[in-house]
Amino acid sequence: MGALQSLHGRPEYLDLAEKTGFSFEQIRVLHERFKQLSHNEETLRRSHFNEIPDLACNPIRAQIIEAFFDRRNYHQNGEGTVEEIGFEEFLVVMSHFRPPSLHMTEEQRENVRREKLRFVFNMHDTDNDGTITLEEYRHVVEELLSRSGALEKETAKSIADAAMLEVASISMGHMEPDEFYEGITFEHFLKLLDGFEIESRMNIRFLNMDTSTLCK
Amino acid sequence: MPSRSGSQRPPGSGRSSPERGLLLLLLLLVLLPLGDASSAGVGHQEHAGNHTAANGRHNFTKKPFPVLSLDYHHIQTPFEISLWVLLASLMKLGFHLIPRLSNIVPESCLLIVVGLLVGGLIKLAGEKVPPVLDSRLFFLCLLPPIILDAGYFLPIRPFMENIGTILMFAVVGTLWNAFFIGGILYAVCQSQPDLNKLSLLPCLLFGSIVSAVDPVAVLAVFEEIHINELLHILVFGESLLNDAVTVVLYHLFDEYSAAGPVTVLDAFLGVISFLVVALGGVLVGAIYGFLSAFTSRFTSHTRVIEPLFVFVYSYMAYLSAEMFHLSGIMALISCGAVMRPYVEANISHKSHTTIKYFLKMWSSVSETLIFIFLGVATVDGPHSWNWIFVTVTVILCLVARVIGVIGLTYIINNFRIVKLTTKDQFIIAYGGLRGAIAFSLGFLLDDGRFPMREMFLTAIITVIFFTVFVQGMTIKPLVELLAVKKKQEAKRTINEEIHTQFLDHLLTGIEDICGHYGHHHWKDKLNRFNKKYVKKCLIVGERSKEPQLIAFYHKMEMKQAIELVESGGGVKMPSAVPSTVSMQNIQPKKPPPAKSAERSLPQLPKGREEEIRKILRSNLQKTRQRLRSYNRHTLVVDPYEDGFGDLLIKKQKMIELEKKIKEMNNYLTVPAAPPDSPTMCRARLASDPQAYSVKQSSDSVPTIQVDLASPQSPDSVNVMDEFRRAKQQQEEEEEYQGLMMKPPQGPSGPNKPGEADTTRDPQKLTRCLSDPGPSADEDEDEPFLS
Repeated sequence: MGALQSLHGRPEYLDLAEKTGFSFEQIRVLHERFKQLSHNEETLRRSHFNEIPDLACNPIRAQIIEAFFDRRNYHQNGEGTVEEIGFEEFLVVMSHFRPPSLHMTEEQRENVRREKLRFVFNMHDTDNDGTITLEEYRHVVEELLSRSGALEKETAKSIADAAMLEVASISMGHMEPDEFYEGITFEHFLKLLDGFEIESRMNIRFLNMDTSTLCK
Repeated sequence: MPSRSGSQRPPGSGRSSPERGLLLLLLLLVLLPLGDASSAGVGHQEHAGNHTAANGRHNFTKKPFPVLSLDYHHIQTPFEISLWVLLASLMKLGFHLIPRLSNIVPESCLLIVVGLLVGGLIKLAGEKVPPVLDSRLFFLCLLPPIILDAGYFLPIRPFMENIGTILMFAVVGTLWNAFFIGGILYAVCQSQPDLNKLSLLPCLLFGSIVSAVDPVAVLAVFEEIHINELLHILVFGESLLNDAVTVVLYHLFDEYSAAGPVTVLDAFLGVISFLVVALGGVLVGAIYGFLSAFTSRFTSHTRVIEPLFVFVYSYMAYLSAEMFHLSGIMALISCGAVMRPYVEANISHKSHTTIKYFLKMWSSVSETLIFIFLGVATVDGPHSWNWIFVTVTVILCLVARVIGVIGLTYIINNFRIVKLTTKDQFIIAYGGLRGAIAFSLGFLLDDGRFPMREMFLTAIITVIFFTVFVQGMTIKPLVELLAVKKKQEAKRTINEEIHTQFLDHLLTGIEDICGHYGHHHWKDKLNRFNKKYVKKCLIVGERSKEPQLIAFYHKMEMKQAIELVESGGGVKMPSAVPSTVSMQNIQPKKPPPAKSAERSLPQLPKGREEEIRKILRSNLQKTRQRLRSYNRHTLVVDPYEDGFGDLLIKKQKMIELEKKIKEMNNYLTVPAAPPDSPTMCRARLASDPQAYSVKQSSDSVPTIQVDLASPQSPDSVNVMDEFRRAKQQQEEEEEYQGLMMKPPQGPSGPNKPGEADTTRDPQKLTRCLSDPGPSADEDEDEPFLS
């Protein structure tokens, strides 16, 4: 069959393609990259990610790397973290950034939205308890501003506080003075970023990747 | 237009005033040419009289000394200009007083009709219609303000995200339009006996003139339909960027229509010329933009002329580009877009407001004038109507546009993440309006070389009328009918801002992991370059280091503070989402402190409140009297701008001192707000700019903030002791959180204006401002951050 030829003798690609929605070409290129990053080993570890030079100046580097090792992102309803990942997990995490296809029903679009927002939520919720507490949110803002240089810790705190206040106002509306807002649940998070159009923004073009231009 | 006549009309009947005004103006305009004629006579007569007196012809009767004379010539030109501007503005006023009309018909149509009326009136009066749409006047005076307004406020993010699509439409689309229209028109003309002499090149020239989408018309119509941002920026961006193509094509065909056939070399040079025109225009604009940004760095002592730099540099960019026959529009756009982030970080808020309103005002008047002049020029211009030519042109314009958009979208959708749907395509095609630029370009044609000039002009005017009237009027109902997504009116929340930044970094990170140098990667690189080198150079002082998130947050806070002050202070906090959730609700509960302390603020009894208020007021008054005398050339001292550097040092000292105090475990750890933190300064500026000045805060004149927590601090002020005594029971706990517990009912009014805290929590902030003081003359009547 013509299709099998293009698999380069890798039948497992079919499986992966079905699971993640990537095309064979994209999977092949990503596999090349995986092998490059892992120095041709079978699994990736955090140290491999730390070697990527461009990633060094990214303020949320730690969170991004963690996201790859977070079981919650593997679509298997797992929890906790792993120490090393194989190509399949790598691909599954990458699939969160696939652009949505042109013709989708409302329901499919909503699913894509939920999936992408779930990914971001998992990145914020570092202790896996299902809510983003004030501390965690503060941490997020601090990390974001960590490369700016002139950071005042209080500013980050107050920004996070104001943001939290906003979430509470939007989600809860009315609270008694002695009630306490535990944290942002996933439902609140969805409501908060309702107008954000994440399905069209959180995408990478996997189209025109060329192995020869891959950086070290 | 006061209706001074005795009839007592109820104020609700707005119908009478604009109509009267209109009538009044039309009368004025009629008098204008008559006055012109008569004044000429008077002028001559007086002149003659003087001469004869000088010549000493004694038999000439001595005229009595003219107590009142009419010398119209003296002031004719400025008077007429002012009259036109006044007419334009009054028309604009009038239309909005008649809401029914402005809902159905877009403003541009009404203005053209007014122009037609005025032109007709002038013609009826027997006078020669002034050649108002003179190309020089148009290109040098009327067009730049509109384009500058558009360029300065161009939303950069959506523009850059869609730049590929916009360029495709602008360049390829316009080329396609020009050649398609020109070619088919030539074929049609050849088959007609009377149009036979029209050769190919004039046809192509005509095609290129009439094919360009006009930014003025697009702005005028799209502004009223509130379409979603993507479509708006696509059509608008296209109308701006196709200027380069139009300029090149125009000059190319203009040059060679007389000189003979166009060779391949010429075509090649044309392509090179296009690149030079486009990139050169952008470069010229960018240079002037950087110059302007650099100049604004030094304007901290002469705030009054800050807006002037923005306007003059931009205009010079436009003129310089036009001097080299580069694209002036692109120069203006790039100048405005380049200088904006830096200039806004440097100038005062008043200057920012000034720039914004002046730009809006000028562009609005320009736009109105352009449409009125279009109407007048229609009445005036020599017309040569040719049924076939005109109808074919109109049909071809539509057809070419539709085919072009469909074809290009098919290609572009392969490269876009967010594809353009059929509805989008329809709106883009339908929104391709032609306007005054096409007319002016046609007007510029040389009569000698283009004997068919009048026919061209007629056709151009017909196309313009068709697009503006038919398409302009029907686009709004069509948008409703097709349920096209409208502009999101929601305010930008801080969560969205946080996540926008987060997403940027996330996507850049993922691209790095993939090893793919995508556009996030380059954008990130540009940002870092910008922050490291450019901002240091162009932005004054400490603001160069302020990250975008913080800047956004400060802006938002200040907006809320202003809103609160305007809503009368303290009673109900106007927030985006009305709720009773306060800071207290989101604070994690802490175990009760080991030391016995009341955790809530005591309620100040009413009498106490009044006392405190009185003390504050009296001190404010003292402050006021110490201001220097007013001088036209200096603005009131802007506390934020002047000593920012000192502020930060002071702030740092304060923070260190506070830490020391905390370690001393002093009770009065009412965490102090950094005394003149930028936010407070800016907020104070908004509410009561005269009362506060950085220099004075170092005196013993009290400001509304507590300088330091420690009672022993040298800077603390007696009055503040009142507060401290009141708050002695309060204690802040282990972790220096920077937040305080609030009394249960949230912002309990202005009785705690002195609560000093480090948070920039809008609630707290606004409470500080809720007591506007004895004479809070508001300089800012409306929030200037919209």
